Amino acid sequence: MRLAAIILAAQAALCAVAYPALAEEVSVGQAGKMFTPDTLQIKAGDSVKFNNDDTVTHAVLVHGPAESNLGQIKSGEAKSVTFDQPGTYEVKCAIHPKMKLTITVQ
Amino acid sequence: MRRFLRSSTMVAGVTGLCIAAGMAAADTQVASAQPGDADIAAMKKLYVRPTEIPFPADNPYAPAKAELGKTLFFDPRLSRSGVQACVSCHNPSFGWEDGHRTAVGENMLSLARNSPTIINRAWGEIFFWDGRAESLEKQAVGPIQAAGEMNTPMTVLIDRLKSISGYQKKFEEVFPGEGVSEKNIAASIATFERTIVSAEAPFDRWVAGDEKAIGEDAKRGFILFNTKANCASCHSGWTFTDDSFHDVGVSATDDIGRAKIVPGVPELQFAFKTPGLRNIDQRAPYMHDGSMATLEDVVRHYVEGGIQRPSLDPDMKPLALNDQEAKDLVAFMQTLTGQDRPMTLPVLP
Repeated sequence: MRLAAIILAAQAALCAVAYPALAEEVSVGQAGKMFTPDTLQIKAGDSVKFNNDDTVTHAVLVHGPAESNLGQIKSGEAKSVTFDQPGTYEVKCAIHPKMKLTITVQ
Repeated sequence: MRRFLRSSTMVAGVTGLCIAAGMAAADTQVASAQPGDADIAAMKKLYVRPTEIPFPADNPYAPAKAELGKTLFFDPRLSRSGVQACVSCHNPSFGWEDGHRTAVGENMLSLARNSPTIINRAWGEIFFWDGRAESLEKQAVGPIQAAGEMNTPMTVLIDRLKSISGYQKKFEEVFPGEGVSEKNIAASIATFERTIVSAEAPFDRWVAGDEKAIGEDAKRGFILFNTKANCASCHSGWTFTDDSFHDVGVSATDDIGRAKIVPGVPELQFAFKTPGLRNIDQRAPYMHDGSMATLEDVVRHYVEGGIQRPSLDPDMKPLALNDQEAKDLVAFMQTLTGQDRPMTLPVLP
């Protein structure tokens, strides 16, 4: 029993060394012409999925170390973008510029 | 940083927080066809004047900076020709516009768009009809350098201002150790522009509780504005703009507006920023192309519903307004102009 536990612990340690942490996808809502949440901290390689749970079309622009124009996202649709480069990103809606989101990529 | 407005334009008990709450809430239509007193009171709260002007932390207010900005704003030597100043298109006598259908640039060249007002831009989120500047500082130096407008390369302007001893002195006073630079020209003009705030209007006095401040027709117009006419879906908050972009079915020219700045978004074809409505009866002609001479023309446009095309804003639908209701809407908009203090001309160095 004790030997098995040691083997399992060793396997777990090997896995941790052999495989990097998996990238995650974080969801952001847009209901009421607001990004929810309005600040986000993620790791390099993670993705952010912009869900348009609002009643109107939005259009997401990402400014920062890497720029993105996700184009329009109609009500009920979603689009994702991957953040590979660390830094601070400012996200706005190109139609409704008061919609703002700050993403810190570590 | 915020600068408190003078007492003539203050509304007691209103905080900056209230402004934000009002603007957010204004996106929600008050749908009742015949609103009661409580509904009207709720509508009024969406338009309460602020008590102070917001200034950004990286360009705080200073009287000498605003004064320098005013001097630059009125100085035609900022244009390559030496005959056009910022004030040529943003004239306080015309609600800080110019009264022309479209702006007039260098060599009397007629430009594509109507001159937008600079009133209440301290509260602006994004600038120009197409939103190509994200700060008032960036906006301030745009037309100076634009080839069709004042057409002065920044290096030329900096050299020109440095050659004027009065300007050298003023810049050193306001920006010690820095002097004349693009950043400081922009900061000065933007600071002056932020001080241009519409005065308390009859509408504001009504919102504050003076029932005699506006007529019954204007009161009916205000209710229509917030309900049946659906104007408030875009003209929201105390400045009457959501600072967002909409195709309202005006003009079939090749000017595609915001879509040129942000490609790939069909909704932004022919979309322009919602203009605020303060001092609107001083600011004819109307719309981004100046194609409508009167407020009656504007209301007629919205009654008809605009040019039908895929990018037309979903909120643009023909309105079932009768002639009296159209007049009431205009009467309401006419209550949005107060007695602005006369603008004194600066003595140029």
